[in-house]
Amino acid sequence: MLILECPYCGVKAEETELHGGGEAHLVRRGPDSSDDAFESYLFQRQNPKGVHFERWRHAYGCGKWFHAARCTATLEVFGTYSAQVSEPPQQIRDRIAARRPGWSWSDQG
Amino acid sequence: MKRYSAFAIAREALRHHSGWERAWRKATPKKKYDVVIVGAGGHGLATAYYLGKNHGIRNVAILEKGWLGGGNTGRNTTIIRSNYLQDPSAAIYEKARSLYETMSQDLNYNVMFSPRGVMMLAQTHHEVRGYERTAHANALQGVDTQFIGPEKVKELCPIIRLDGPRYPVLGALWQPRGGTARHDAVAWGYARACSDMGMDIIQQCEVTAVRSEAGKVRGVTTNKGEIDCDKLAIVVAGHSGVLAQMAGFRLPIESVALQALVSEPIKPIMDVVIMANTVHGYMSQSDKGEMVIGGGTDGYNNYTQRGSFHHVEETVRALIETFPMLSRLKMLRQWGGIVDVTGDRSPILSRTPLAGCFVNCGWGTGGFKAIPGSGWATAEMIARGEPGPLASAFGLDRFREGRFIDESVAAGVAH
Repeated sequence: MLILECPYCGVKAEETELHGGGEAHLVRRGPDSSDDAFESYLFQRQNPKGVHFERWRHAYGCGKWFHAARCTATLEVFGTYSAQVSEPPQQIRDRIAARRPGWSWSDQG
Repeated sequence: MKRYSAFAIAREALRHHSGWERAWRKATPKKKYDVVIVGAGGHGLATAYYLGKNHGIRNVAILEKGWLGGGNTGRNTTIIRSNYLQDPSAAIYEKARSLYETMSQDLNYNVMFSPRGVMMLAQTHHEVRGYERTAHANALQGVDTQFIGPEKVKELCPIIRLDGPRYPVLGALWQPRGGTARHDAVAWGYARACSDMGMDIIQQCEVTAVRSEAGKVRGVTTNKGEIDCDKLAIVVAGHSGVLAQMAGFRLPIESVALQALVSEPIKPIMDVVIMANTVHGYMSQSDKGEMVIGGGTDGYNNYTQRGSFHHVEETVRALIETFPMLSRLKMLRQWGGIVDVTGDRSPILSRTPLAGCFVNCGWGTGGFKAIPGSGWATAEMIARGEPGPLASAFGLDRFREGRFIDESVAAGVAH
């Protein structure tokens, strides 16, 4: 059972209390972007076997959206953080790097 | 290859079964093949088989990281149907269903295809209208389906409860020629036929890199050394994104866990396949007597081949309200598989940005039923270098151009 701590209300919520919102930190393109960029934003996904950044909503709790860093191969949770950022905070990156030597954040465009 | 027959059984019975051969050869990789297929599941093996049978390409290797048919081919609920709404889907799934009818004879391997009929229950007025529309579309596509009323549902499946606590059964989309087949036998039968054509099936051979030169594929690097090829097909379901990354492109795919469970074996209670998409459960009875039950997908990316426990509860709850007699049934085991889901819930059969590299993926939660049709279409695409009539609508470019094959409403979760 997946358990994530909501960074807003502090509740440790299990997955039936949460709603997954897919890959995080997508650059949201507008109508003036190129076809490639727009396709990439709408459909292309990293879908990694490993470290994944995701959007989640504390649906049956405070109702707020937040971000989670998780490993899709082991279900390990590295941490959760505010949704009001466009990339993972340094503290989360450090924690992942400590657990997954050689890993580094790359801009996911 | 010695053929299987009633005579062969009699012959072997008289000599203590000492004359049976291995179904397929154990192979070590050659330096180079015309075509390398990554993934020895149903789709990969079917692709290889039709490459040899329809196009005469037999210098083929099929590489498998685990064991043959050990991914989603061995983990699904074995349902075969072709009652899809959109024309391109109906064409490829109906091709697959029709190939299943003669597969045992074609492969000389009993895949136990059982056209027992598939029923998709309509439990809201919205669903009634949706399935009536599908039945009309199927009539135009030449797919034999009909919309039936609740009395007929009860006649075909006496254990069903028509007036459940939440949603009454208002009718069903009935495909009498749909059914089930033995999933492992499909993989084994294709493997035996491929091996007989001289193809190499190499298990425990994990691809670690895709090698290319000037934008064209050269070969793959594996844990058993480098293997060169003229053409490469990636047919790996849940791990498509991982292979695509090695080949240098991204796919519009997310991998999630889908789970299934079976009950203890009981006497025959149901001789059709029932899918109840509103309450969300689907079920058939295997020849051993186990009730084979399909669960739901988790709502997040996952590669661990196990699903969330609460989905089991959800599925079992749905089935108990539809079939109250199941309430005392014990469940025997539960498992998960990693399915590759696309934005429009339709598969991808396509050329890729890397020349000579093809993908067959995105079958999501419903790939088993498509195995022969998918293999047929992918083999044609590899042999010709471009997609044929069955595959052309399923190209990667459809996302860029907005030509979706939107089956997400028609199929829901029980796809």
